[in-house]
Amino acid sequence: MTTFFVTMTAIKIVAFVLFLLGGGALMVWVERRMSAMMQDRIGPQRANLGPFRLWGLIHIVADGLKMMVKEDFVPRRADRLLHALAPILAFFPVVVTFAVVPFGPTLDFAHLGAVNHNGPLFSGPWATTLQVAAVDVGLLFVLAIAGTGVVGAVLAGAASDNRFSLLGSLRAASQMISYEVTLGASLVGCILVFGTLRIEEMVLWQHQHLWGLLVQPLAFLLFLVAGIAESKRVPFDLPEGESEIVAGYFLEYSGMKFAMFFLGELMEIVVLAILLTVFFLGGWDVPFLFADGLHVDLPLLDAWVWHWPHWVVVLVQLLGFTVKVAGMVFLQMALRWTLPRFRYDQLMDLGWKVLLPLSLGNIAVTAVVLTALR
Amino acid sequence: MEEYREEELVLPADPMVLNMGPSHPAMHGTVRCVLRLDGEQVVECDVQIGYLHRGFEKECEAGTWTQAFPYTDRLNYASPLLNNVGYALAVEKLLGITTPPRCQYLRVILGETARICDHCVCNAAMAMEIGAMTVFLYLVKAREWLFELLEEMTGARVTHSFCRIGGLRHDLPEGFGDRLRAALVKTREAVEDSEKLLLRNRIFMDRTMDVGTISPERALAYGWTGPCLRSTGVAYDVRKTHPYLVYDQLEFDVPVGSRGDNYDRFMVRLEEIRQSMRIIDQALRQLPDGPIAVPDDLGVVLPDRFATYTTIERTIQHFKIVTEGIRVPPGEVYAYTEAANGELGFYIVSTGGGRPHKCRVRPPCFANLQALPELVRGRLLPDIIPTFGSINMIGGECDR
Repeated sequence: MTTFFVTMTAIKIVAFVLFLLGGGALMVWVERRMSAMMQDRIGPQRANLGPFRLWGLIHIVADGLKMMVKEDFVPRRADRLLHALAPILAFFPVVVTFAVVPFGPTLDFAHLGAVNHNGPLFSGPWATTLQVAAVDVGLLFVLAIAGTGVVGAVLAGAASDNRFSLLGSLRAASQMISYEVTLGASLVGCILVFGTLRIEEMVLWQHQHLWGLLVQPLAFLLFLVAGIAESKRVPFDLPEGESEIVAGYFLEYSGMKFAMFFLGELMEIVVLAILLTVFFLGGWDVPFLFADGLHVDLPLLDAWVWHWPHWVVVLVQLLGFTVKVAGMVFLQMALRWTLPRFRYDQLMDLGWKVLLPLSLGNIAVTAVVLTALR
Repeated sequence: MEEYREEELVLPADPMVLNMGPSHPAMHGTVRCVLRLDGEQVVECDVQIGYLHRGFEKECEAGTWTQAFPYTDRLNYASPLLNNVGYALAVEKLLGITTPPRCQYLRVILGETARICDHCVCNAAMAMEIGAMTVFLYLVKAREWLFELLEEMTGARVTHSFCRIGGLRHDLPEGFGDRLRAALVKTREAVEDSEKLLLRNRIFMDRTMDVGTISPERALAYGWTGPCLRSTGVAYDVRKTHPYLVYDQLEFDVPVGSRGDNYDRFMVRLEEIRQSMRIIDQALRQLPDGPIAVPDDLGVVLPDRFATYTTIERTIQHFKIVTEGIRVPPGEVYAYTEAANGELGFYIVSTGGGRPHKCRVRPPCFANLQALPELVRGRLLPDIIPTFGSINMIGGECDR
């Protein structure tokens, strides 16, 4: 364990946490402005610092300040400890999932300007992967952590001493547990195809062969649906169901505790977008771009290679990753502002009678096809 | 091991009592539903109204006949002009006077505009409560265009108080018809946009179809009227069956549903928006010239301003109308019109003075709302929301 490794890990952790918090705050703005665009409105843009309005971005600061100075209200008969613990437990899994996600390929500080002929993943004294923790059980880690998300929601509702909250947490528990099954099962097909649980190797496979979307299109849809259900947003926002059970499990929260639920939910959009990108859209892979530069090899055309320095390649791949994540975020936003909400029994029917058989069928078909191809 | 029978293994559970309202996002118009829930299933729903009771009927007795108009604005505050017209027609019936044709056409045009606003809001709110926020904003945007026109016409966005006994406050502004036509074209587009988002939407269909179903017999037994009754297949529309104003000279259809569920109620309202547009279009084309109020010498409307300032007779007449009110002959009358929610009736009693002796309102949504417990019993908690929304209970009208 070299000093370089420790330093780089520390830097990556800080950078990713900042990215995540910034991303979550930015999502507030994206959500407001995008829904405004879809609904033919302007959206909030009046908060200002003197003459600067920055298209409403300053509202994020205003909101943050407001949340911090608000009264931290706890109902009289609530369980004070669990009431305080629940937002933390709901916030935690969102942040931790990021640890195992590769944002880009290996970055070698020793040869930044040179052309890299070692391939995207390699080790060296000054090389570091753009990933906080490369874990053997990468994908299982993601699923395990996602599974703990339900604890925060259930505790929040149960500790609040409010019947609407209780209904919300009951809904959250059954919904999240039901959809986790599909969430995991839809990825088994990917594991079979990619032949690994390590997320960075999954991306590498897609980089070398095809994007997951093309080899597992059904799994992509199933994972998207189950993922949105896990993040508890319209059309799956039953645990909150503002017009039914007011705000559901976080009804009795205010100030920063509420902000943690709110921000956690918005960051889950980013997390889901990142997971979709990593498993199905090739992660940092940019078409035709390889570790040593651009290779265009189309039929009917002469193949040509354009060598790029290492840092340019990595930068373009990071940009590609960001663009894909942004695309997935927009997809989720568009869904959220288009669809109405399910009813509880319909949600369960969809989860157990449609999505689960489909994901099991997907596993079976994938396994048969893979065996036949071998 | 002890032997257990199947039913002993079920945990004993009492129904949970849940107070929905009076302050709850979906219970617009402050109504309270005390629910007894078994899990999410509604065992019993007790609707408690009266949170918006302001004593409308008693208040009317304190003012002159004309002074009741601002109160009628606040009955169904989603379509105040229809209430204005309904009340004016009731008093005119007791007076035995008929307003000039231009006034009648204008009342039709304004009333139908208000009806479009009301149906837009009702469908928008129902869609929003199911979670389709975008539809809500599309439809409210459409209402906003019409509100701008009504504001231009009457000077107020909601509380118009535009009708007068025997006439209207004033005539149309210049070019109003063209602007109204243009606004209706845009409104139609917005309505179609929201239809595209919902009508073939699987989630919306699952949420509304066969939810809150009622048979025509039960609906009639509850005294349902308006779009809610028509959704069950009964083609009862006061404008057709007992025409008032000039509705018998205008061509329009009465849309009916077939199952009486939430989806049908939503659809009937959407179709009625189109029919109201048809009515407005015809009425604008047929709109005759002429006075907008009955002649001054009937002593019903305020006399012409110039005459008031120059002749002693008119001055005295003006003074008496303002201070004592219009002299309505003794008697009692029930007059009913098709308001946005159904049959809006005014039962008024006069003892010959300048003030109403009694002014009783038959609000359509009071009758409609009493079916809510039957509609939601045995269903799930989320089903209450679209059912309540499609009944379109308006607090001001129901509680008065």
